[in-house]
Amino acid sequence: MSAAAKPGSANTSAETSVDGVDNGRRHFLLVATTTIGLAGVVATAVPFLASWRPSARAKALGAPVEVDISKLEPGALMKIEWRGQAVYVVYRTPEMLAKLNGNDDQLRDPKSENADQQPTYIKGETRSVKPEYLVLVGVCTHLGCAPLDKFTPGDAELGASWAGGFYCPCHGSKFDLSGRVYKDVPAPTNLAVPPYTYLTDTRLLVGSDPGVA
Amino acid sequence: MSTDSQPDIYDRASSRLSAFGGWIDERFPMSKMFKEHASEYYAPKNFNFWYYFGVIATVVLVLQIVTGIFLTMNYKPSSEHAFASVEYIMRDVDWGWLIRYMHSTGASAFFLVVYLHMFRGLMYGSYKNPRELLWIFGFLIYLCLMAEAFFGYLLPWGNMSYWGAQVITSLFGAIPYIGGALLEWIRGDYYISDVTLNRFFALHVIALPLALVFLVVAHILALHEVGSNNPDGVEIKKLKNADGHPVDGIPFYPYYITKDFAGIVFFFILFAAVLFFAPTMGGYFLEHANFEPANRLQTPPHIAPVWYFTPFYAILRAVPDKLSGVILMGAAVVALAFLPWLDRSKVKSIRYRGWLFKGFLWSFAVSFVALGYLGLMPATPGYTNAARVFTIIYFAFFVFMPWYTKADKTKPVPERVTYHAH
Repeated sequence: MSAAAKPGSANTSAETSVDGVDNGRRHFLLVATTTIGLAGVVATAVPFLASWRPSARAKALGAPVEVDISKLEPGALMKIEWRGQAVYVVYRTPEMLAKLNGNDDQLRDPKSENADQQPTYIKGETRSVKPEYLVLVGVCTHLGCAPLDKFTPGDAELGASWAGGFYCPCHGSKFDLSGRVYKDVPAPTNLAVPPYTYLTDTRLLVGSDPGVA
Repeated sequence: MSTDSQPDIYDRASSRLSAFGGWIDERFPMSKMFKEHASEYYAPKNFNFWYYFGVIATVVLVLQIVTGIFLTMNYKPSSEHAFASVEYIMRDVDWGWLIRYMHSTGASAFFLVVYLHMFRGLMYGSYKNPRELLWIFGFLIYLCLMAEAFFGYLLPWGNMSYWGAQVITSLFGAIPYIGGALLEWIRGDYYISDVTLNRFFALHVIALPLALVFLVVAHILALHEVGSNNPDGVEIKKLKNADGHPVDGIPFYPYYITKDFAGIVFFFILFAAVLFFAPTMGGYFLEHANFEPANRLQTPPHIAPVWYFTPFYAILRAVPDKLSGVILMGAAVVALAFLPWLDRSKVKSIRYRGWLFKGFLWSFAVSFVALGYLGLMPATPGYTNAARVFTIIYFAFFVFMPWYTKADKTKPVPERVTYHAH
């Protein structure tokens, strides 16, 4: 509005100056063009910001992957790749499954109540479709390192009280044999269980819910 | 022409030169800018050793830009070729190893010099009125520099590059509600992929250097507007001679530029020693795990950032909760920006402050170095507890500053700078 403060216009009304300038109209045009201009800037920013999202190709490469688990031995872990992340498949022995009971008080989310960390059909302390086969995303929920399999109870590094599970070497987060996070570690949530379905007894499709594929 | 004697030739050449200068000055403020920023920019005459680091930082910025341009000519920003192209630079490109080691050593040198430059500001109260905005520009330069170093560290696509980027981008995942989507947006994929590498390359070679250069210009313009502080924290503009120049000031050109050249040469002697004899600095400048290509399925057994980030990394690890850890780490950096308003002392320089400020400043410096050491070490319970103690000391410097700077017993500040001719 500095234009209105010109000499000679000071004593006239704000609406019309002595030069016949309609200041009200000027003000309206100024606000209108500025608003439209800013809207244009915001609209122009959208494609640039949206270009940072996963592209169509990245999404296509994130498609489900088939896994053959017939050669997995009891007590062993295999790593496969899905969406560029490690997915762990563990063939749990009856002794390993037995350890999943009775440690609830040491865990942050023993009942897997955080719905973001597993599909709805993953329930109970085994956190799996079939109790023996555990399928987990091998990405620590703290800062994304790959947790190590420390299945031996009383592991030298983790002490005599260690019941066996996953241990993240980066910041020391600990998880049990179902990927449930222990209390007092930096990781906030249980390890994620990806959507998966059994195509046959020995073939898994990771990345796809049952009944979809 | 043949009858001209020697002095005539010289005079004629110099008058042609000044005529050319005049031609330019009518079209571009060349002489005006030179006067304003060099020959008639009066800097306090009592600068000491600590006043070398600003100019050295500028020289390192130029070095990084020049070596970076040449590296770009052979580097390939794709997950398939990046690691091999760096090896190609190291082995097959003539002098490629030198250019690459200059760039990697330059990164560490940049932070070392900038940390010393910032500490100088803390000691002599260079952030205080009227230099708040100058300090803010410097703070923004530091932020850009951290981002620049982080993006650059992914480019060699070594295993530490990969997992370092994985950990640092995961920090954004700690933000409630939008964290997951934000993480995907930053990475452009479901993991650190070719897409992420390509965009980090774009940010590292275009966006951030541009921002850095712009901010450095703003930093220097702000400095020349308010004038340099000095080890006494005395405003030299208060006392001017008949010509209107500060009595305790000397022109930047030719005096300080000559002095600065000596400092730059000395710096380059040390720089060359590292460059030629210890370019990896035993794993501290270039980490050992980065000499194997990125492996998405295997985290290196011990993951630590490069030394210049470890103080903040130690703070992150010291907190047992993910979100609070991220917030505290961010606060450790951002707190610096608020110094001009936290410090309520009447005096600027440490020379005239009391034992309270000196105690807090030195314990802050010690805790910064100690956190830097702890951030390199594995997160065992003993080290984590030590990091917690030093984190508290680190933040005490900022949190109690309004109190201790006010309560401190200051000494009288002299009218003029203290200066002894050598």
